[in-house]
Amino acid sequence: MKVAEKSTDPLDNYIDAVAKALALPVDDAWRPAVRANLEVSLRLARLVDEFPLPDETEPASVYTA
Amino acid sequence: MTVNTDGPSAQQIAQAVAGGKLSAIDATEAALARIAKCDSVLNSFTDITADRARAKARAVDAAIAAGQKVGPLAGVPFAVKNLFDVKGLATRAGSKINRDLAPSPRDATLIERMEAAGAVLVGALNMGEYAYDFTGENVHDGPSRNPHDPTRMTGGSSGGSGSAVGSALVPIALGSDTNGSIRVPSSFCGVFGLKPTYGRLSRARSFPFVASLDHLGPLARNVGDLALAYDAMQGPDADDAACTTRPVEPVAPLLAKGVDGLRVAVAGGYFQKNVFPEAVEAVARIAKALNATRTVEIPEAARARAAAYVITTTEGASLHLDRLRRRPNDFDPAVRDRLIAGAMVPAPLVDRAQKFRRWYRARVLELFQSVDVIIAPATPCIAPKLGQVTFTLDGVELPVRANIGIHTQPISFIGLPVVAVPVPLEPMPIGVQIIAAPWREDIALRVAHALERMGAAAAPAPRGL
Repeated sequence: MKVAEKSTDPLDNYIDAVAKALALPVDDAWRPAVRANLEVSLRLARLVDEFPLPDETEPASVYTA
Repeated sequence: MTVNTDGPSAQQIAQAVAGGKLSAIDATEAALARIAKCDSVLNSFTDITADRARAKARAVDAAIAAGQKVGPLAGVPFAVKNLFDVKGLATRAGSKINRDLAPSPRDATLIERMEAAGAVLVGALNMGEYAYDFTGENVHDGPSRNPHDPTRMTGGSSGGSGSAVGSALVPIALGSDTNGSIRVPSSFCGVFGLKPTYGRLSRARSFPFVASLDHLGPLARNVGDLALAYDAMQGPDADDAACTTRPVEPVAPLLAKGVDGLRVAVAGGYFQKNVFPEAVEAVARIAKALNATRTVEIPEAARARAAAYVITTTEGASLHLDRLRRRPNDFDPAVRDRLIAGAMVPAPLVDRAQKFRRWYRARVLELFQSVDVIIAPATPCIAPKLGQVTFTLDGVELPVRANIGIHTQPISFIGLPVVAVPVPLEPMPIGVQIIAAPWREDIALRVAHALERMGAAAAPAPRGL
């Protein structure tokens, strides 16, 4: 967490904030790997995000009433 | 490469046992002896259930002696990835943490159904931690090893399943496939693997990973065995909310129908990029055997893979959130760091991935109006070396882990049924996906069976032992 306190990088600050909000431990030793993984996830999520979909599109999560 | 010479098939064992030519206990002892002899090299088993197996085998023999009818898998030894609940064992799911769970009070549904058909469970199999893996490596139990070259990966996460069947320790193993975890080890270990339609086979009493993407299915050394196991496991199950209520649709009687009249196409675009020459050769051989000259473009496959990745990492993080808080140091660090990152992906992006999934499903189903089968690589490469971190393709260095599943993820993302068929190339086999429309496992299996009969697909004899 010390690294983040010194950081002005928005993603590092975001990692700190979410880790705190979710009570998730992020050890300094793991932080670079967590950040690298988050960057991959956000890059791939952006690929989905930028694809236009109709407002009426239903999500495909599983549920049957 | 020698083909299909090691170990009797499940069909041969079941026929011999039912016909009184072989006892179930002898078939079981033979499997236990093979495991004892070879598994110190392969590391495919984490638990051997010898006492239970002997008791079950004796019960099968007693039923036959009493003149009772036995099931189609009578006396057939099988094993399961260690995320299946096995009565009396803690379901470790490849983890250290789960070893602290209480022993399971009851078997997974699919084990119950296999045993109801007469099969004999001989053990539980190694896997990547919590199934978040394409390599078959495991920091707690050591890697499962490839039966054709023990210095190479089995693929994952059902690595022990691929290794145990590829080495003919058992004729059938069960695995799970969320993004490719049956098809990848099938490809690397040179066996047939079936990832059925999402919802076809019950996942009840198996340890989950990504609820909206998890499938269970069999691996075997020939298509007849694969169909036999699949048929034995079909059927509704109220204990799995996603399990279909469709009636059982047996495929074994349909295998010999052949492929006449089926419209077969090769997946183009995305599926022809980032592949090594071995994968290109394997797809070409299968296409030639099936006279497939048409190419179809699966639309937005790269985005589908991206969306599957996002759903996987976030649903996986949700599943493990409390364990990440309480016992972060007991995870495989690579799995932990991916899961922690997954917990930090904003919710709207996950929702969009699930909405994109609906859009993509509709587009791909349109394709199946003009084709019955789509052929695609199962993996971009043959099994990498254990511990290998990168490979070089077209002069570009790429990470191994992130790229092994690029061709399987866009297919399981919408739950399509797939048979991974092994193409026995030298020096290592590699798999090809035979993809069909939802609920048409029969078509994928018929095509796989035809390829087997033509000699285009075959499980090579293990030669790394």
